[in-house]
Amino acid sequence: MRGFKDSAAPEKVPFWLDPKKRAILFQCITFCMVGLLAYYLISNTLINLKKQNIATGFSFLHKESSFEIGESLIPYSAANTYARALLVGTLNTIKVAFIGVVITIILGTFIGVARLSTNWLLSKLAAIYIEVMQDIPILLQLFFWYAIFYETLPSPQQALNPGAGIYMSNRGVAFTIPEGHPAHKYMLLAFLVGCVIVYVMRRWARKRQEKTGQFFPTFRVGIAIIFSLPFVTWLAFGTPMKMDAPKFIGFNFQGGLMVSPEFIALLMGLVLYTAAFVAEVVRAGIQSVSKGQREAAMAIGLRPTLVLNLVILPQALRVIVPPLTSQMLNLTKNSSLAVAIGYPDFVSVANTTINQTGQSIEGVALIMAVYLFFSLSTSAFMNWYNKRVALVER
Amino acid sequence: MEQTVQTEELRPPVTHIGVIGWARHNLFNGVFNSILTIVTLFFLWKVVPPIFRWAFIDSAWTTTGQACRKAAGACWSVIFMNYRFILFGFYPYEQQWRPFLAMMILFSLLFYSRDRTHWKKPLAYAWIIGLFTMGLLMKGGILGLPSVESTQWGGLPLTLLLAVFGLTAAYPLGVILALGRRSKMSGVRVLSIVYIELIRGVPLISLLFMSAIIFPLFLPEGVTFNKILRAQAAIILFTAAYIAEVVRGGLQAMSRGQYEAAESIGLNYYLTMRLVILPQALKIVIPPTVSILISAFKDTSLVVIIALFELLKTTQSVLSNPEWMGFSREAYVFVAILYFLGCFSMSNYSRKLERELSRRD
Repeated sequence: MRGFKDSAAPEKVPFWLDPKKRAILFQCITFCMVGLLAYYLISNTLINLKKQNIATGFSFLHKESSFEIGESLIPYSAANTYARALLVGTLNTIKVAFIGVVITIILGTFIGVARLSTNWLLSKLAAIYIEVMQDIPILLQLFFWYAIFYETLPSPQQALNPGAGIYMSNRGVAFTIPEGHPAHKYMLLAFLVGCVIVYVMRRWARKRQEKTGQFFPTFRVGIAIIFSLPFVTWLAFGTPMKMDAPKFIGFNFQGGLMVSPEFIALLMGLVLYTAAFVAEVVRAGIQSVSKGQREAAMAIGLRPTLVLNLVILPQALRVIVPPLTSQMLNLTKNSSLAVAIGYPDFVSVANTTINQTGQSIEGVALIMAVYLFFSLSTSAFMNWYNKRVALVER
Repeated sequence: MEQTVQTEELRPPVTHIGVIGWARHNLFNGVFNSILTIVTLFFLWKVVPPIFRWAFIDSAWTTTGQACRKAAGACWSVIFMNYRFILFGFYPYEQQWRPFLAMMILFSLLFYSRDRTHWKKPLAYAWIIGLFTMGLLMKGGILGLPSVESTQWGGLPLTLLLAVFGLTAAYPLGVILALGRRSKMSGVRVLSIVYIELIRGVPLISLLFMSAIIFPLFLPEGVTFNKILRAQAAIILFTAAYIAEVVRGGLQAMSRGQYEAAESIGLNYYLTMRLVILPQALKIVIPPTVSILISAFKDTSLVVIIALFELLKTTQSVLSNPEWMGFSREAYVFVAILYFLGCFSMSNYSRKLERELSRRD
């Protein structure tokens, strides 16, 4: 038996048959190839840039931009730097994305619920809406809404006046808004304070319920606090009622809140398109909660609102939120199509910058960086959320 | 003696069957639903007849632009007088049967591929030959066909070409990326993850900008690709990342037993993937792949931003003609119908396939 000892010992494996060493070799080859490709592209680019006398680096950001931007949330003129122009673009992107997301969620939820309605007519209408909107490219929809705006609406002289204080023309929609007053600042502050109070109250109410079993109507009290605090502030400032109505002066409206046709077309296109996808997400989420859950909740005597809040929504949201977030991200990414209809979003401003400075690499890199920042921060949020709501099983 | 009593068969009350019963059950089962139905009907009554009137009754179909302006309704003449340009762009007028034939080949291939019993090797060859013929038909230069430069390609054929070739080329790349992301080798995995997340994080338009303005800088002097090829490359790179995520879903759905069984009969990595894992995983992900094809088809409309003459751009250039200025609604509705027909048939097919696949399991 001893004679077999040597032959039983493992044979020495040549390195090309050893999976571990082979993996290292394979990875080295892959990295080399990627590196070589990168080197090839970069060296070509550097040679080309030198030949065409294109500057490199981000120093252009501090130069004067010398172009105007149609709408801006912060003061901006052509004398400002490119950096500020790009900031204006970013803010415009955030503005349309934020407003778009809020309206989309509301509209999408309505359509999703309508799709599940027992009312045949409503359900079929919702189905048609979802199918049609999903199947038409977003860019085409943007062009369509923009065309409707400048072709069918009259010039500012004959602006339509569908309701008190609203004027619609092919230059945009002018709204009447309350005139600026120091009270507004404090009302906003009161609103924020109200939110904080409600948050603290909710935690307190939950703790108390866990301890003593006593229920506190957080929702109703919360709504009351959030709305009454700004209202009281408004009263305290002597109820400033003066309104800032748009007036037709020269060639266009002055005063009030003017919303550009580009912004409205972009917002409409994004909202109507994304709402169709959100509706599908919401429908799937609601359908994912089985009927037994509702019946069980009612059997232990929960009231309908509590059934919804404690049983149905937490389970449906677990299914809804991840795809919903990706739809919101899609909306943000699709807002980059603003460049096609002339809304000054980030891509549009960056495009102008590229055309003026010729520094296309930096420009495109900036575009990618900004959107990557949006999407990476969203996925960071998603990971956090998924961890929070992850199903805790026995 | 036993007596059989012929009882009269009672029909259910008229309010529970037929149209009335259906309406009661589906439209008026409760106060809230009744109000909803009435409101919806009122809304439809307000909206549908005017649109119908605009589109069909008051509309002009085959007139000149001047005559159109007098009509109260839609001016479909903008389509009928310009459909050749909208559909084929700057492709030489006498040669336009070629892109038409190419599209017909594509449609018949798609139609033939609908049936899953046809999914065999010959079909794959038919596709390769078909795509090749289509390219040849478009380009010309042999068999007595005059050569047509790709700068003159446009309209619907270009849209379809970008979508179909985009997906065809992106598919293998996407599968490789998905395998890379699931790989045990950390270096390969990191590279794949970085690529996929980078591409998925940015809008397609930034890649198209890159293809239009940066790509020429990447190449050594003297080497140039035309704009269509560059846009195609951008679409391929973009679509591949999305396909990779879909395929990854399929790979994750494979049970470990499959890998272990393949290993136990001594298959290496390549054979395991080719013979065991991928055939099953790719079959699972056919429906989501069709959705990617739909998005790719819709996304090709974005090349209008880098001034390629695809369907949307040809439509816009017709609209910039003074004679047809101001009829954007009609023109865009027409393009929307084309896109809708394409996407709707694909999504319908994908749903059908999903039902078939899930029924078999």
